[in-house]
Amino acid sequence: MQIKITLNGKPVTAEIQADTLLLDLLREQGCYSVKRGCETSNCGLCTVWLDQLPVLSCSVLAARADGHAIITLEGVPKEAEAFSDYLAKEGADQCGFCSPGLILNVLAMERELTDPDEEQILEFLSGNLCRCTGYMGQLRAIRNYLKSRSKHEREV
Amino acid sequence: MERTKHYVGSPVIKKDAKALLAGKPVYTDDIAPADCLIVKVLRSPHAHALIEEIDTARALAVPGIETILTWKDSPQKRFTMAGQTYPEPSPYDRLILDQRMRFVGDAAAIVAGSDERAVDRALRLIKVKYQVLEPVLDFHTAKDHAVLVHPEDSWKSLCPVGADSRRNLCASMTDGTGDVDTVLSQCAHVIEHTYHVKANQQAMMETFRTFTTLDAYGRLNVTSSTQIPFHVRRIVANALDIPKSKVRVIKPRIGGGFGAKQTVVSEVYPALVTWKTGKPAKMIFTRYESQIASSPRHEMEVTVRLGADEDGVFQAIDLYTLSNTGAFGEHGPTTVGLSGHKSIPLYATPKAYRFSYDVVYTNTMSAGAYRGYGATQGIFALESAVNELARELQMDPVQLREKNMVHEGDVMPAYYGETANSCALDRCMARAKELMHWDDKYPSRALGNGKVRAVGVAMSMQGSAISNCDVGSVTLKLNDDGFYSLMIGAADMGTGCDTTLSQIAADCLCCDLDNIVVHGVDTDVSPYDSGSYASSTAYLTGMATMKTCESMVKKILEKGAEYLERTIGDVDFDGSEVFCLDGSGRISLQDIGNRVMCNNGKALEVTESHSSPVSPPPFMVGMAEIELDQETCDYKLVNYVAVVDCGTPINPNLVRVQTEGGLGQGIGMAMFEDVTRSEKGQVYENSFMQYKLPTRMDVGTIQVEFESSYEPTGPFGVKSIGEVVINTPSPAIAGAVANAAGVQIRELPITAEKIFRARAALKNGG
Repeated sequence: MQIKITLNGKPVTAEIQADTLLLDLLREQGCYSVKRGCETSNCGLCTVWLDQLPVLSCSVLAARADGHAIITLEGVPKEAEAFSDYLAKEGADQCGFCSPGLILNVLAMERELTDPDEEQILEFLSGNLCRCTGYMGQLRAIRNYLKSRSKHEREV
Repeated sequence: MERTKHYVGSPVIKKDAKALLAGKPVYTDDIAPADCLIVKVLRSPHAHALIEEIDTARALAVPGIETILTWKDSPQKRFTMAGQTYPEPSPYDRLILDQRMRFVGDAAAIVAGSDERAVDRALRLIKVKYQVLEPVLDFHTAKDHAVLVHPEDSWKSLCPVGADSRRNLCASMTDGTGDVDTVLSQCAHVIEHTYHVKANQQAMMETFRTFTTLDAYGRLNVTSSTQIPFHVRRIVANALDIPKSKVRVIKPRIGGGFGAKQTVVSEVYPALVTWKTGKPAKMIFTRYESQIASSPRHEMEVTVRLGADEDGVFQAIDLYTLSNTGAFGEHGPTTVGLSGHKSIPLYATPKAYRFSYDVVYTNTMSAGAYRGYGATQGIFALESAVNELARELQMDPVQLREKNMVHEGDVMPAYYGETANSCALDRCMARAKELMHWDDKYPSRALGNGKVRAVGVAMSMQGSAISNCDVGSVTLKLNDDGFYSLMIGAADMGTGCDTTLSQIAADCLCCDLDNIVVHGVDTDVSPYDSGSYASSTAYLTGMATMKTCESMVKKILEKGAEYLERTIGDVDFDGSEVFCLDGSGRISLQDIGNRVMCNNGKALEVTESHSSPVSPPPFMVGMAEIELDQETCDYKLVNYVAVVDCGTPINPNLVRVQTEGGLGQGIGMAMFEDVTRSEKGQVYENSFMQYKLPTRMDVGTIQVEFESSYEPTGPFGVKSIGEVVINTPSPAIAGAVANAAGVQIRELPITAEKIFRARAALKNGG
């Protein structure tokens, strides 16, 4: 079957099978930032935005994206860098394999929650697993990033 | 030359950070050619069986199927998949495809086709007739069992490790000093218990994966997510029974390893397909496959007899380890050694020790290397026993450790007789105590709401490279405009060694970090390195980096002197210029780099290697604070404090994150990560649904500090960090649980159910 999606702001027409997963379609389209860590919707690595909301692309049929807008990490390079610089400064990038999913979910959290406290942050991101960092470096980076954003907002 | 740069000790950002964080296509599957055949493996549903017939006709007829390989197509020379220096202590007990199935998940056939759909269909159409045999599933009864896991005559052990396939023995040994039994019989207190660690999965986020191609010279190119590119070259050549010169291995960026990728897991399957068909092929392990047919930690039961006098001074340690290597012997004979050799030396006081072990084959998934490599299992046992002794003595376990721990300058008889030349374990303990407010919190306090908070403590050590064995090598080239290429054979798997080794080089060469470019591993190009395991890279390849830089500086001085028409004694180098000591002339590094590209007979390229006669242990102390519900015995980790002596931290950020990450994994294995099997030998925890890694809500607050000693044999005083950090959570959390609930849990993971049942048994007088 044929579907039409808006992928990172550009219209894309794709030929898919009924059981094609969004994750596989996105990688076929060259969005290599989208990673598969588990295939059971447990790890958060394959997170992308469907109409601005984070979804696990390993558990979404590509057909469901028909007519919708998908954003992967490739689609938000500036926003991603603003946060990921803080991850790099902590050395919390490590192997990097879980980073794309985490970054997209942190940006989604920022949109959804106003001034989240630590518990809210941990809860929002609990579906993003990381095996390298023990999460502490990521948390430092998130805190520093959010601090810089609120400072930036105040100044603006 | 005076050192003017101070990258060592600075928290510089990893050289590959930008690419990784932008999600660039830098991992194996991202760079695989689009026309790769998709390779999958048909896996045995039986723990022990012989393939009587295998009918592939219908499967081969599926459109898009290129080839289906069975045991009849596999080379018949046995080999080991363990990434170790030749001759490997692990037995040669593998074929790529065997007629005998030795665990649920063992490879019965390889299918390669143009797309996944076709391959999946073909897998379902292969008909296998198995002769189902009685399996050996219980590792307690495996030794001298009537059923043999490896009855074949072609089984081979290359090293004297006490292996005997006719007894299901992969290794067996005893060593020690003093008369342990006599000393123990005279002790006022003897603690004797058995502690059980499961076959935990490393669960790196990137599963096992490899793609293979044939190049213009007819050589097999293997691009793989591996920690051991040079060992992969040998293992793949052995597996295919082809000359090593026919194999080239490339390591791109890796999505984590933790020891899992110190074993060949996915490589041989696409390699055989490409070798047979000439076509590019790739195999991407599913998480399911990674959970059931990979290279997890060795399940071990460690029995400790710990004897002390009335004052709590240790007199003797007797440690026996029973290790389950599973269906194959990868890392079996070596991991077990660390369960004693890297636990017993934490203590300087015992007059006698004995360490003995058996490593047995069973019809379960083959084990491999996992961060900690046996030390984790031994330390869970010994440190738990020390906590149990403290309770018997009614003594603070911190005090008990202060009385007995190893100090700088002590000889460690159980650690190959090495001396602790650098050891700040005492300072680690003192600082951890402060950070945890141990004296206020020990042993426990009721919160008044049915909950109790309690603390527990443990110590840990590891090594830094395998002494008299591991080789680290570095090649340095000076290029035009004076930039350096740093070629290393050590595998950066997210740990950051591409960056930390560059930091060492930049300090030694007095140049900017950006003036050094670094390269992933390619066995055709990189100098030989054993690989990134055994906590070796910073210590060993770091020293090779220093040596290489020294040789390079000498070459630059010679070349500069030649161009300045002086002798080498008349000039010096400051990192950017070679100058005459009398001020009469100078030439920039940039000019030297450019000038050697014309009319030059001496390459500005150097390679140096390093091996070490010692393996200096890093040390650490971990303390856990938990909150336990008295009613349900459910508990959570509130706070974890760790103070580490890894010598000089090259990059404080990266060692901190290594520490926090290792603790996170240790916390997972202590609290959540279970491995259980059905009666037929199937692993139940075959996905992340069942195998529960800790999330960011499970790890509490982890506080890490460093108390650095200075290791004289390491570069800039460096010791290792990678593995020592995983060992303390299990015994420290078990200790905290004991202080909260009054029961010692001796089998991981420590779950609410186990605590509840142990308490119920205690109440019933059991």
